[in-house]
Amino acid sequence: MRDFWRRYRRNKGAVVGLALLLLVFALAAAAPLLFPGSPWDMAGAPFLPPGEMGMLLGTDSLGRDVAAGIAHGARISLMVGAVSTIFALGVGVSLGAIAGYLGGFADDLVMRFTEFFQTIPSFVLAILLVAIFTPSITSVIAAIAIVSWPPVARVVRAEFLSLRGREFVQAAEVLGKSRLSIVVGDILPNALSPIIVLASLMVASAILLESALSFLGLGDPNLMTWGFLIGSGRSVIRLAWWMSVFPGLAIFVTVLSLNLVGEGLSDALNPRLARQRGGAA
Amino acid sequence: MRLLSVEGLTVALPPGADRANAVQDISFSVDPGEILCVVGESGSGKSITANAVMGLLPKGLPITGGQLVLEGRDLRATTPEAMRQLRGQRMAMIFQEPMTALNPLMRVGNQIAEAMQVHGEGVQAARRVQELLAAVNLPDPAAIARSHPFRLSGGQRQRVMIAMALALEPALLIADEPTTALDVTTQMQILRLIREIQSRRGTGVLFITHDFGVVAEIADRVAVMQHGRIVEQGNAAEVLNNPQHAYTRALIAAVPHGRATAPATQVGQTVLEVRGVRKTYRRGGWFGGSVSVSAVKEADFTLARGETLGLVGESGSGKSTLARCVVNLVEPETGEILFHGTDLRPLNRSQRKPYRQRVQMIFQDPYASLNPRRTVGDAIAEGPITHGTPRAEALARARELLALVHLDPGAIDRYPHEFSGGQRQRIGIARALAMGPELLIADEPVSALDVSVQAQVLALLAELRARLGLTMLFITHDLRVAAQICDRVAVMQRGTIVEMGETAQVFGAPAHPYTRELLDSIPGRGWTPPATGG
Repeated sequence: MRDFWRRYRRNKGAVVGLALLLLVFALAAAAPLLFPGSPWDMAGAPFLPPGEMGMLLGTDSLGRDVAAGIAHGARISLMVGAVSTIFALGVGVSLGAIAGYLGGFADDLVMRFTEFFQTIPSFVLAILLVAIFTPSITSVIAAIAIVSWPPVARVVRAEFLSLRGREFVQAAEVLGKSRLSIVVGDILPNALSPIIVLASLMVASAILLESALSFLGLGDPNLMTWGFLIGSGRSVIRLAWWMSVFPGLAIFVTVLSLNLVGEGLSDALNPRLARQRGGAA
Repeated sequence: MRLLSVEGLTVALPPGADRANAVQDISFSVDPGEILCVVGESGSGKSITANAVMGLLPKGLPITGGQLVLEGRDLRATTPEAMRQLRGQRMAMIFQEPMTALNPLMRVGNQIAEAMQVHGEGVQAARRVQELLAAVNLPDPAAIARSHPFRLSGGQRQRVMIAMALALEPALLIADEPTTALDVTTQMQILRLIREIQSRRGTGVLFITHDFGVVAEIADRVAVMQHGRIVEQGNAAEVLNNPQHAYTRALIAAVPHGRATAPATQVGQTVLEVRGVRKTYRRGGWFGGSVSVSAVKEADFTLARGETLGLVGESGSGKSTLARCVVNLVEPETGEILFHGTDLRPLNRSQRKPYRQRVQMIFQDPYASLNPRRTVGDAIAEGPITHGTPRAEALARARELLALVHLDPGAIDRYPHEFSGGQRQRIGIARALAMGPELLIADEPVSALDVSVQAQVLALLAELRARLGLTMLFITHDLRVAAQICDRVAVMQRGTIVEMGETAQVFGAPAHPYTRELLDSIPGRGWTPPATGG
């Protein structure tokens, strides 16, 4: 573990990313303390620029505090990102494992099914799903999970295909272990590194997707999210730039930090690869 | 005048490595028309030496001392630009892996011509290419020059590499384990070719190898390396037959002697009988014709209790496929695999499970055959646990087994990457033994190991076999190893067992021409390692 941290630390960007990400987490955790009450409540006069009348980031067209919106929105964004990624990983890892381990006909079947999802543009599919199932937090999470599992399945399948032929898997086979215990006990632990890296990037893209859906008005109408904030500020952007810019910055920082963390994880989990890429040895 | 002289060469390793210098204070020289063999085990610094001469060391390994002089020219003082001129023109290199050393997208002839164009001799390239290909004894040079590397076999590619190295008639040829990746019969052809070219052109050759058989075959002089130092140097005959340094003696003593052991006299009941097994690999599918390769077609044999049968053959002869058929890692299309009279082939997963305990396997690559994320204790104990042994008992047994294979039982909580290749192979053996098998299938268990480690593992296998009364199917490509450990041998060629019999008889009076060819190809067969008492 110490070794892992030492390798992770080598990537300076990743350390910055981790710090930023922890800040976002802190903001989300402290939201009810920093901004007690609902972010939907009117807190001051409408269209107050940042800094006036104690409004740190200004107010929107209905006098709601933008800073409170961002803090409370962080909770929703992170939650959506995490939960949808967990579901996407569940589906993707299981299908990828089946395809990669069994091979042959099962592989063909699963991969054609995966390709079916990959041929549809993911954002269009997400909009469609949310629109059909009426916008709510559940349907948004479900839609994001449904459009983001195919890459996981492909990565896991590729890892399983190469690991399946390795001698230690054959040795487990000769020992008479069951298929399930070979897949879970022998192959999966060795395929974890790319899955972890992919997961950190998926959280980032899930946050982006959720924001994009909210921006289009397809978010949960009862929850304050970053995308909703940008969406509501869109029509008055020339009048009140702060309404869109600050939530946009929040998305930018969070997604950037997740990507940096993902890259750092990838370097730390594949030290040899990182060195070849010319990172400090 | 000396062709190449190296004086006190020292190459540093990056800080934190297991020793300070990759090679330390080594001196040797090569005369024109001479073959100097540098012998050593992996990690002894022999490849680093070759790369230092070529000026191909990576940045992390700087030369910190000594002199490299080629034909009176100090190579360390030469600019990179001038070095480039020298490489190819005055000295050339042949690499270990002919499969990856050629550009797969370029025709062979163009690749050879390119070497000449780089050095400004492109005009006569076209004519010379065919001459060169003929010089390395390739049939139909015109056709070979037009083909892409994937059409050629390993031996042919290595010939092309040699032709490329010889294109500009270098004075010094450096060969870094050029035959290690090749089969014995091909290896012998390549060795003869290098010998012939060297004597015809008076080229000096620096030949890196780990195999004393190869040394005996071609060397004029020998330098033995250990831990980055040259421990012994001298004429081939002297070093081979009268080694002075303890390490050289140990290395030579570890060379499989190839003398057949006395066969086990008692013939017990039949443990395994393989009849009419066929395995064909097919590729291609929906469109176009599919290609099929029959890996195993006529390979019937029986194995009696307490006996060791060696399955020998070159790569692609189907020996590994046959062994994997027995443990059902490969499913044969037809045939019977009778284990104590029960046919194992039609059994499904759960029906087969009881037999898993009785038939176990040792794998070739000790680096790939252990799960890197599992402790040694778990790796050994998981088999018995799967078959219902309580965990505590299985772990206690794992400790005993580690002691049995001469490893520290305290190693039980460590991970495989903390062990060397030989130690890992012992762990692999312990894992197989944990199941208490009757029949042990060993698939090239020593071919990935250094020669001294190889001798230890072979001795361990012989000891275990005597102590536990194991029946063994031993797959190997090395006939010397087979002669040493097997009671009977079966020689395989293209999926067929062409000859089978008692070891002494098959090796002493081979009946099949292929067996004779294999035996003739054992490198250094004219040389019998001296008994050094160690």
